Amino acid sequence: MAAPLETASDPERLRRVAIEPVTRVEGHGKVTLLLDEANRVRQARFHIVEFRGFEKFVQGRPYWEVPVMVQRLCGICPVSHHLAGGKAVDMLAGATALTPTAEKMRRLLHFGQILQSHALHFFHLSSPDLLFGFDAPVERRSVFAVAAEFPDIAKKGILLRKYGQEVIRVTAGKRVHGSLVVPGGVNKRLSPQERDYLLADIDRTVEWSAEAVAIARRLYEEGRARHNGFAAFPSPLLSLVRDDGALDLYHGGLRARGADGATLFDHEDYATYWELLHEVVKPWSYMKFPFLRALGPDAGWYRVGPLARLWNCDFVPTPRAEAERRALLDFEGGATRAATLAYHWARMIEMLHAAEGIRALLADPDLLQGELVVKGERRYRGVGVIEAPRGTLIHHYRINEDDQIVRCNLIVSTTHNNEAMNEAVRRVAERYLDGRELTEGLLNHIEVAIRAYDPCLSCATHALGQMPLAVELRDATGAAVDRLTRDADGGVRRG
Amino acid sequence: MNVLVLAWGNPSRGDDALGPEFARRIAALANGLPGVEVLTDFQLAPEHATDLAGRDLVLFADARLGMARPLAFARVSPARDASFSSHAMSPGALLAAYEAAFRRAAPPAWILAMRGERFELGEPLGAAAQQSLAAAVAFAESLLRDARPARWDAAATVAD
Repeated sequence: MAAPLETASDPERLRRVAIEPVTRVEGHGKVTLLLDEANRVRQARFHIVEFRGFEKFVQGRPYWEVPVMVQRLCGICPVSHHLAGGKAVDMLAGATALTPTAEKMRRLLHFGQILQSHALHFFHLSSPDLLFGFDAPVERRSVFAVAAEFPDIAKKGILLRKYGQEVIRVTAGKRVHGSLVVPGGVNKRLSPQERDYLLADIDRTVEWSAEAVAIARRLYEEGRARHNGFAAFPSPLLSLVRDDGALDLYHGGLRARGADGATLFDHEDYATYWELLHEVVKPWSYMKFPFLRALGPDAGWYRVGPLARLWNCDFVPTPRAEAERRALLDFEGGATRAATLAYHWARMIEMLHAAEGIRALLADPDLLQGELVVKGERRYRGVGVIEAPRGTLIHHYRINEDDQIVRCNLIVSTTHNNEAMNEAVRRVAERYLDGRELTEGLLNHIEVAIRAYDPCLSCATHALGQMPLAVELRDATGAAVDRLTRDADGGVRRG
Repeated sequence: MNVLVLAWGNPSRGDDALGPEFARRIAALANGLPGVEVLTDFQLAPEHATDLAGRDLVLFADARLGMARPLAFARVSPARDASFSSHAMSPGALLAAYEAAFRRAAPPAWILAMRGERFELGEPLGAAAQQSLAAAVAFAESLLRDARPARWDAAATVAD
């Protein structure tokens, strides 16, 4: 059964509005709205041209190449694929438990990725909307305006991200195309000099991350009525949690809570994730729609990512982030649980957790000494799951007798959130666009809703000249009656 | 002179590899190019602003679609465009972000665009891209051996 506004009964009689691609969203996202003659929204969909070439790309390659190969999958979050693919390869190599040094080095790398990704998203992609408003003139709704009016925020945003990238460079050996994970472990440990280099700025990083949480929280509180209600809806939540229920971004069992907060399953082994999750295809989208098998496709779609993780876990295992999580959960009787815009607040809490986690790890001598690799009995199926910046990331491989990959399946965070983003678009279209003349500011509302989930569809193809946005208005006969274009340089023009 | 060469692209995406391959070849020349540092990444991002500090000249290099000629070379000015809002910034936006965040004038910068046609995952550089790359490396080497703004301005090509 389709959700309201998912499918109009008489699409041939309606006017079509396409937003393609959605800016400030990586990859090729597209929103289409069908409007009737009174500008009433009758259908709203968020489509994604999902990247599906990867399965073919890896077929026939030896499995131990996976951790390196998968970094080429996405230039936005290569570390996340490196770690998830690496965990799947651990299983293929029969490495059931890593050495303390290997696991902690991987966790350090992962915290670096979380920190830099969350900093970029909040400071550069979302803060203009949050600081100046969704309807602010487009020229003001920019990071340059943020730099002009809030120079301290802009500078700290850059330097926080830089610190995360430095953690990646030091742990993976290179600034880009580095490699830490090998089957069954890692290929390096930290030197005392590298540890001291990262220690030099970690206190500042923790403090700035705490300031970022305060900014996100203040912005949310100042617009509480709008933020609580903007694209808000209850849904089940999915994430990994540690054995004791703590937030764990690197490893754990799968936990799902229902829309009412009740636990649906807990500490489930992700190695058989398909027993819990299923995907359905819809004819109008290239991307599948996952759902919890127990609830079925209509009620079982769920959300992943920072907000889902903080509501799903029992506690955050670093003290300052845990105090902030409590504030998020307690805010106005738990209003943030359903609030799409609370993702930004949650994202900054996770950034603080990553900074605290880096500081704790840098004090651990296991990073400097100990065995790097364990070996085991080779297997034919490997599944690796992590909590990537945008949410749960699943890598699944099968290999043959010659160690070649014969099958690969990825469920990336954006796919998990597919139905949630569609629901957010429908809510915004119904609330803000229905019956009104479309403007850039109104259409930005849709982007704001999508952007809260930080969907990443990037395949890192970004040649100069790409990434325009075009909005076309078509009448009932399909003839174009208006066109709004946003060029690659960000300029907006009509016609 | 303190010159930064910053090239970007995905090595596994067909002609998108032009940037990193360009960086690799220029880096191989770097011993003969004193004062030149070569960096590569998947795309331009805000933290690259920190790499601009203290540079006398900056040379950006990337693949580009829809070019009539194999190469285009032009001065880049700080531009407050909307590419900041993507995960991948434009060179002009990076310069503007540097100026805005660090309250300093951005170093003089140029972009060397190389013609690319196909960007599919797992594909190698195409034949036309190989030619663009060879021409770009030779062109850049001559620039880097005479790293003066006036010289680089004189070498600018007509906008494509």
